[in-house]
Amino acid sequence: MSINLSSEALVRVEELKNYYPSKKSAVMPLLQLVQEELGKISEEGILWVAEQVEMSPVHVRELVTFYSMYTTKERGQYHFQVCRTLSCAVMGEGSKKICQAIEKRCDVKEKAVSANGLWSFEQVECLGSCGTGPMCEINDTYFENLTTEKITEIINLIEQEKPDLKFSTKKDALGSGLKNYSPSAVYTKE
Amino acid sequence: MKILLKGIEFDDNVSVAGYQSRGGYESFRKALSMSPDSVVDEVKKSGLRGRGGAGFPTGIKWSFFIPRKTEKPIYLIINADESEPGTFKDRLIMERNPHLLLEGILCGAWALQAQKTFIYIRGEYAYPYTVMKQAIKECYEKGLLGQNILGSGFSHDVIIHRGAGAYICGEETALMNSLEGKKGQPRLKPPFPAGYGLYGMPTNINNVETICNIPFIVQNGGDAYFKIGVEKSSGTKLISASGHIKKPGIYEVEMGYPLLDFINNECGGMLEGRKIKCIIPGGSSTPVMTGEELVGVNLDYESMRLAGSSLGCAGFMVLDDTADMVEVLLNLTKFYAHESCGQCTPCREGGHWIEKIVQRIADGQGRPEDIALIQSVCGQIAGHTICAFGDTMVMPYQSILKKFASEFEAKISLNPNSLVAKSKRLAVLQENQL
Repeated sequence: MSINLSSEALVRVEELKNYYPSKKSAVMPLLQLVQEELGKISEEGILWVAEQVEMSPVHVRELVTFYSMYTTKERGQYHFQVCRTLSCAVMGEGSKKICQAIEKRCDVKEKAVSANGLWSFEQVECLGSCGTGPMCEINDTYFENLTTEKITEIINLIEQEKPDLKFSTKKDALGSGLKNYSPSAVYTKE
Repeated sequence: MKILLKGIEFDDNVSVAGYQSRGGYESFRKALSMSPDSVVDEVKKSGLRGRGGAGFPTGIKWSFFIPRKTEKPIYLIINADESEPGTFKDRLIMERNPHLLLEGILCGAWALQAQKTFIYIRGEYAYPYTVMKQAIKECYEKGLLGQNILGSGFSHDVIIHRGAGAYICGEETALMNSLEGKKGQPRLKPPFPAGYGLYGMPTNINNVETICNIPFIVQNGGDAYFKIGVEKSSGTKLISASGHIKKPGIYEVEMGYPLLDFINNECGGMLEGRKIKCIIPGGSSTPVMTGEELVGVNLDYESMRLAGSSLGCAGFMVLDDTADMVEVLLNLTKFYAHESCGQCTPCREGGHWIEKIVQRIADGQGRPEDIALIQSVCGQIAGHTICAFGDTMVMPYQSILKKFASEFEAKISLNPNSLVAKSKRLAVLQENQL
């Protein structure tokens, strides 16, 4: 089984296979890598990963459905994950309002991709950003202390700047991000 | 008193040089000059208890590895899969104080004579992961990790692993399964991790915050640490505060600090003109406490337990009088129904049943028997599952239903269908009797 990975990714694959005491432990980062490279984890991706870590395909398939960060469906270029758990739901305007603002501004329904392929959106459970709620993770970057106004402004900026908000397993780093937005607000100097 | 948040205000704290300029890695050097057993002794004396929620004494956990009879390698796991709703303290440590965590790991690894450390960080924490990864890389470059650390002859490796969005991977045995490339489903205990853990090797698991206390204990001695806080809960605690308060955030307080003072001083009090209705004190998996119950309660394990709740991992969610408790319960049931790993039937099915029942109450379709029904399902989940997820799930449910029963009853009584249905059933009964 072969899938279309960049040469850079293939180097990383070999590194990951030797990173743990057992090759099988590399299954999660490899799935992550496949998802980053191809946008989703397809059946071919599952078979390829299974071959790499010497596991049965059914076992790998099981992991893909068990862990909620893996997807077998195509997502938009910018994927919104709005935290819906208690703190984010009750603080400020509340997460429901943020969801409505995203749906309206991006013309996208939950768990679907917008017509222009740019946006997709879902509600997720606690993302560990309770003090700065409501919040939303766009690709792999946190946007915190949201208001309907602020999320609309962020979406406008994304549309203009087309920033890289993804985490790269190849580089072990987050993308360049949005200008004037720090990657984390969990600690703010007073 | 700052042990865990020391130095976080400095941006260069994430580099070895910056961290060392404030006394960093001195504790590890001191640990290397001590025997591993005496480090364990100091931790025992300190009275440090696990900060992940259970509050098990760390020194006792470590002493399971003494006498050191095993020929197998010992592994240390750091649980950084912080997913408990209301908790975000480990994220701050990893983002702003990564070398404190690494120094704690080194001291712990020396004490346990561990060969490798695995940091399991939740997948969504991409930014903290990059900071940690960079810090680990720098430690290897500076000779603080790898072979023959600082010329001591001691070697140690740190492996950092990203999760992929499963709450249950914070449970220690689920975490080990996940690390081994399996589904994150908890294992039956025994065997306990200290005997048969990761890859079948003796394994010790500590929370990020727990291990970050170790450098202080090594540096100042267990007795000095024991003097901080109160008798059965020594040291300081990071409190993650969120909800209807003026200043949400992470605060380091001495154990035994009065709870109401914490809300009024550190958190800046409630939002303008609002009154405290209840708090969920230890992350969502702890019993709710009403405003009246908070009087005289202190922030330590014993005091919180006596008050009928638990300090847990101190994820404070403060709710004011605008909170609709039916919606609050619905929110929590959705969380637990989604996050059940699916291994044990009571938790997998029961979680969804309860969610459905609460949903219909919230939709105005509640039935008079629903509260008793939820309580009965809760009783069938607790104690009937492999791991503690089921037990911790029902704790907030039962306490919310008990303490705010009137809100649920009021909502149910507004349902016309249920009354109609009831009178219809009554009519049928009467007809049959005739």
